[in-house]
Amino acid sequence: MASDDGQANAFAVDRLTRRYGDVVANNEISLTVGRGEIFGLLGPNGAGKSTLVRQLVGLLRPDSGSVRVFGRDLAAERGLAARATAYLAQEEPALDDMDVTTAVELTGRLRGAPKAQARQAATLLLEEVGLGELAKRTVGKLSGGQRRLVGVATALVGDRPILVLDEPTTGLDPVARRAVWSAIEKRRASGTTIVLVTHNVLEAETVLDRVAVLEAGRVIACDSPGRLKAELSADVRLDIVWRGDPPLDDAAVAELAARSVQIGRRWSARLPVDLARETLGRLTAGPAFEAIDDFSLAPPSLEDVYLALGGSADDLERA
Amino acid sequence: MTPRPEIGVPTPFGPALAAVYAGTLARARAARAPLLFVASLQSIGLIVLMRFIVPTNAQPEHAQLVAGAVILVVAFVALNLLAQRIGALKARGALDYYAALPVPPAAVVLGLTCGYATFTLPGTLITAIVGVAIYDLPFAHAWVLVPAVVLAGAALAGLGAVIGLLMPRPEIATMAGQLGMTAVLMLDLWRAARLPDALRVVRAAVPSTFAVDALSAALTDDPDFAVVGRNLAVSAVIAVVSLMAANAAWRRALRT
Repeated sequence: MASDDGQANAFAVDRLTRRYGDVVANNEISLTVGRGEIFGLLGPNGAGKSTLVRQLVGLLRPDSGSVRVFGRDLAAERGLAARATAYLAQEEPALDDMDVTTAVELTGRLRGAPKAQARQAATLLLEEVGLGELAKRTVGKLSGGQRRLVGVATALVGDRPILVLDEPTTGLDPVARRAVWSAIEKRRASGTTIVLVTHNVLEAETVLDRVAVLEAGRVIACDSPGRLKAELSADVRLDIVWRGDPPLDDAAVAELAARSVQIGRRWSARLPVDLARETLGRLTAGPAFEAIDDFSLAPPSLEDVYLALGGSADDLERA
Repeated sequence: MTPRPEIGVPTPFGPALAAVYAGTLARARAARAPLLFVASLQSIGLIVLMRFIVPTNAQPEHAQLVAGAVILVVAFVALNLLAQRIGALKARGALDYYAALPVPPAAVVLGLTCGYATFTLPGTLITAIVGVAIYDLPFAHAWVLVPAVVLAGAALAGLGAVIGLLMPRPEIATMAGQLGMTAVLMLDLWRAARLPDALRVVRAAVPSTFAVDALSAALTDDPDFAVVGRNLAVSAVIAVVSLMAANAAWRRALRT
């Protein structure tokens, strides 16, 4: 792997292992992130996503294995990661005491921009992510979502060739989320490489070129969202929402009960297309139809891929 | 796709220092005036209280008291508040913000410590004016206030940063910062000659003592400038050592 990364890849990660005491947070992770790619890390809390990105940006040293950025060994050059990447951590408490413009401007200056240029860039970025009206407010007094947007703006200022963003859209409303996705897409169009940690499946499907699915410190799959889904293409997902208690005495309902994941009155089953169609036909034609509040039949999503690979869906976001 | 530069260059020391310093001062803007003046309340209170206790015809004692009270303001902000602040930043993972940027660690430490040393200026000025007025001290050589406050500020802020960075928990950093301030309060407000031998050694180990003694000598009718100069020179050495220790502590805290 190390031999062919050359100048082609933004990151080449080779058998990266990092432990915290007895817990193996990253277990022999190998992957490459191409230049100009939007690469995602998807997985539940505790899967090792943040540990991995903290090693990519040089904040954490691996126990073994290596990270190469544009072909250069991260461990061999002090400060290399800080010069090549901009990193957005899950929280950014260092900026809480400043006003929004100062926070972004300061970050730009620390990435080497002269004061006037950093201020101008801050103003433009705040407009871009929809924070223009909050420019003079203190960061620590903003809502969680607004603070997140300030963090995104600090990651974008200074125009680094690689952006490493740890859950940039967590806590954002749909409008702000779209603004961030569009900002990311715009950077990619100008050649920036983006590594994005997410546990939002919609985000993963909407913006990522490729995604590595992490579970318990290992990469369990790595491909484009489309190709990952194609592996499951024979199946579809049938979702049923019941008005009240489902009529289990109905044979079709009882069969579906055995094959579905049930969360309250919401049932979800992954079924071969023919069986799904037949089951839905029996449900809608028979007496059970009266008890159904809503139903849908959909092609597999990345969430289905994730579940099929053995992931747990508890803390995946879908909105 | 437009070709783009790949790996940037490190931000030079000067601009990085200026940016961190400006960012630290922005904190004072956000916190408004209290941060700048609350520190002087305790010192002015002491100056007024002691007026009723110390003999009226003891100028060296008065000068020492005022000089000590001025530097106590510095200890409150640069040592106590900075230790608290850095301890809290570390506990919340905020050091990562700086660690992920291409800046020399020394510029960050120096920017933070200089920022906190600057916060002390209004409080020290007010305390000095009140003290000189109440004890009727000569103000002719008050320029010594500037180097004394700057050097004590650097020394105590460096120590404050070390405490904040090395203590395992923010509560312990807060407590250690307060202990340091208490040492200044207990030892620097009185002349060494008034203390028992054992305490004189401890007094000499307090990083601000030589700055206090320089200022104290300057606030008398006939200052011995050899004493002032010697004390300022020692203060300068202590300030440099303290800032170097802060830099080493910063590098250690970032190493993960």
